[in-house]
Amino acid sequence: MSRYQFSFATLSVAALMAVAGAAPAHAYTAYVTNEKDNSITVIDTEKLEVIKTIKVGQRPRGIVISKDGKWLIVCTSDDNIIQVYDSKTYEFVKTLPSGPDPELLILHPTGNPLYVANEDDNLVTVVDINEGTIISDVPVGVEPEGMGISPDGKVLVNTSETTNMAHFIDTETLKTFDNILVDSRPRVAIFNDQGTQLWVSSEIGGTVTVMNPADRKIIGKISFEIQGVAKEAIQPVGVRITKDGKKAFVALGPANRIAIIDTATLKVEKYILVGQRVWQIYLTPDDKQLYTTNGASNDVTVIDVESQKAIKSIKTGRYPWGVVISKE
Amino acid sequence: MTDNFLKLFIFNGRQGPFTFCIALSILCLSIFGTVTSARAQDAAKEGPAAAPAKADEKPTLTIPIILLRQLRDKNPPLSLLDLPPPDEGVAGARLAIADNNTTGRFLNQSFKLEIIENADVAELIKAAGEQVAAGSGFIVADLDAGPLIQLADALAGKPALILNVGTPDDSVREENCRANVIHLSPSRTMLADALGQYFAWKQWRNWFLIYGSQPEDKLLADAYRRAAKRFGGKIVEEREFKYESGSRRADGGFEQIQQQIPQFTQNAKDHDVVIVVDESQQFADYFPFRTWTPRPVAGSSGMTPTSWHPALELWGGTQFQNRFRRLANRNMRPLDYDAWIAVRVIGEAASRKQTDKFADLNAYIHTPEFEVAAFKGVKTTLRSWNGQLRQPLIVTTPKLLVSISPQPGFLHQFTELDTLGIDKPETKCLAYAKPQ
Repeated sequence: MSRYQFSFATLSVAALMAVAGAAPAHAYTAYVTNEKDNSITVIDTEKLEVIKTIKVGQRPRGIVISKDGKWLIVCTSDDNIIQVYDSKTYEFVKTLPSGPDPELLILHPTGNPLYVANEDDNLVTVVDINEGTIISDVPVGVEPEGMGISPDGKVLVNTSETTNMAHFIDTETLKTFDNILVDSRPRVAIFNDQGTQLWVSSEIGGTVTVMNPADRKIIGKISFEIQGVAKEAIQPVGVRITKDGKKAFVALGPANRIAIIDTATLKVEKYILVGQRVWQIYLTPDDKQLYTTNGASNDVTVIDVESQKAIKSIKTGRYPWGVVISKE
Repeated sequence: MTDNFLKLFIFNGRQGPFTFCIALSILCLSIFGTVTSARAQDAAKEGPAAAPAKADEKPTLTIPIILLRQLRDKNPPLSLLDLPPPDEGVAGARLAIADNNTTGRFLNQSFKLEIIENADVAELIKAAGEQVAAGSGFIVADLDAGPLIQLADALAGKPALILNVGTPDDSVREENCRANVIHLSPSRTMLADALGQYFAWKQWRNWFLIYGSQPEDKLLADAYRRAAKRFGGKIVEEREFKYESGSRRADGGFEQIQQQIPQFTQNAKDHDVVIVVDESQQFADYFPFRTWTPRPVAGSSGMTPTSWHPALELWGGTQFQNRFRRLANRNMRPLDYDAWIAVRVIGEAASRKQTDKFADLNAYIHTPEFEVAAFKGVKTTLRSWNGQLRQPLIVTTPKLLVSISPQPGFLHQFTELDTLGIDKPETKCLAYAKPQ
């Protein structure tokens, strides 16, 4: 028995050393919302350890950090409101209004306003985070969810899960100016930092559509095939793109894998096995680690981007949903 | 809302203060629900003002959909809680029209629902014929098996597609199938297989089958016999329950039932589960907790297989249930769900093809790439050999989901969803085999 313990310890040390080698220095903080536990798990990305669990409102899902890094802004869906917490002291700061059942949100690149998809009323709500007031509502399709904003802040893209569209909204006029059909149940929309590609994942359709935001023409559509995994289980949700715009990561839901995609060829380079029902993902600001929320196995997987390997699973609360990582 | 008021009343009368508090909180939630729905309605009013920029470019296409309802003379179900609402199925179709129109706003498409209801089947078929002649090709049919085939034959060769939501009958999907009918509601064999797979997973191998005297009950009993063969179950005993339902509401009644059911189920061979087959809900609810040997009851009471349950919250179902309750002020029933999918099939085809031409939409619906997202976690598609919608089915107790079938481990060469119901190699449907 003791021999096993010893070798386990040796292995752990080896693993830690490997980790330290792969992802050096900078300690960021990852915040993971636990949908079932009404809490946020706070993780130190250098130590790969949970440092705190914060109790929040009911059914926390989408989460962002304010531009100055001070606020955690969380959709507490079942409370039909948005809560703001201090990112350092974890103290509750205030609430922000939203429509019913807020799910995902995104900040304007200047840091204000906040755009919120309200899953239950076919509206995107625009909220002034300093004043705490609703500026406007934009009517979109049935069950709005995914929210992406262009790097220049001029175009907001919302996806509607039952209408199956990406709605392009002019952030000046707050009117939709184009609506592009994608495959069934679009969950996430994201621009690359260069503003040259918009990625939209379709959960039930099993595909990711890549568009040129300038003319809204479809550049390509990515399908996935994994040996030994039923086609129906491949359900793309979370998407993240590296800062240089070269690699994209797509979470494949109950296929329990992350696909790594070359953004030039739109070909899948590798599938990485993670925890169960992986939905949202987030890159550390240095693009060295990717965090994945594995809803059905109650953990996050940390992927080392360079070696394309899963390096650790970290236990969270029940049904981890959203994830965001501090800028410093 | 009405449901919750009803619960509040019943709880208050029978139970303690704790239950009362729960009921009260449900009530509060309902009130909150109405507040938010008022807000949503405001937004809907603002909708047209914020119409997308494309609106001026193209004329709006209007796609009419007919809902044909056979008003049946049926005995009410046993429980006061199960009385069917007058708009059963209709409300589901209405929600799908609203969903189609929200999408349609961005594509210059508008969907209209026309409801035709009659107890006289000949009148219904005549009315449907007139609608088809006037250019309405899509007919959602809530009809029994016989009338469905009559309607299909009356419309044969005409530009019409019938979307069956009214009968689980396997023969209309198999030996009596028609090329102009697709089936959105699950068949008896699909439902029986969904439950049978769960029994297999639980290793309840010995089944005691009790069935009613109606022709539908005998067909459903056949479906369970087939499921037993497929999934390694053994029907150790079969009994027909000859029951004259009479008046549903008689003062008393339980005294006799309390005696009759144990007596009826006495001296059965050893079994793990009782399957009670009663499609029209006339007696099945008398069986749980009253059998001679204490065994779980499933089938038409206790644990049941179904396409939908009002407490289902998986796969984004919560918002769907909320939308329905706002529209209909009641819970969504399986027929509402089936009718919702039927109307969404048409909406989905129209948004993908961006046309209102019947022939193009009908052809697209029949292609292998056609799919609809229907809050089942996977895409739902149509079987190419008989036009049956393939979908995961729910195994549930009255209040809460138990499981989803297909169960893990039931594998299939093409899709595990085809482990439910009649598969391609066994099909007897010839109409779909012929080029249309």
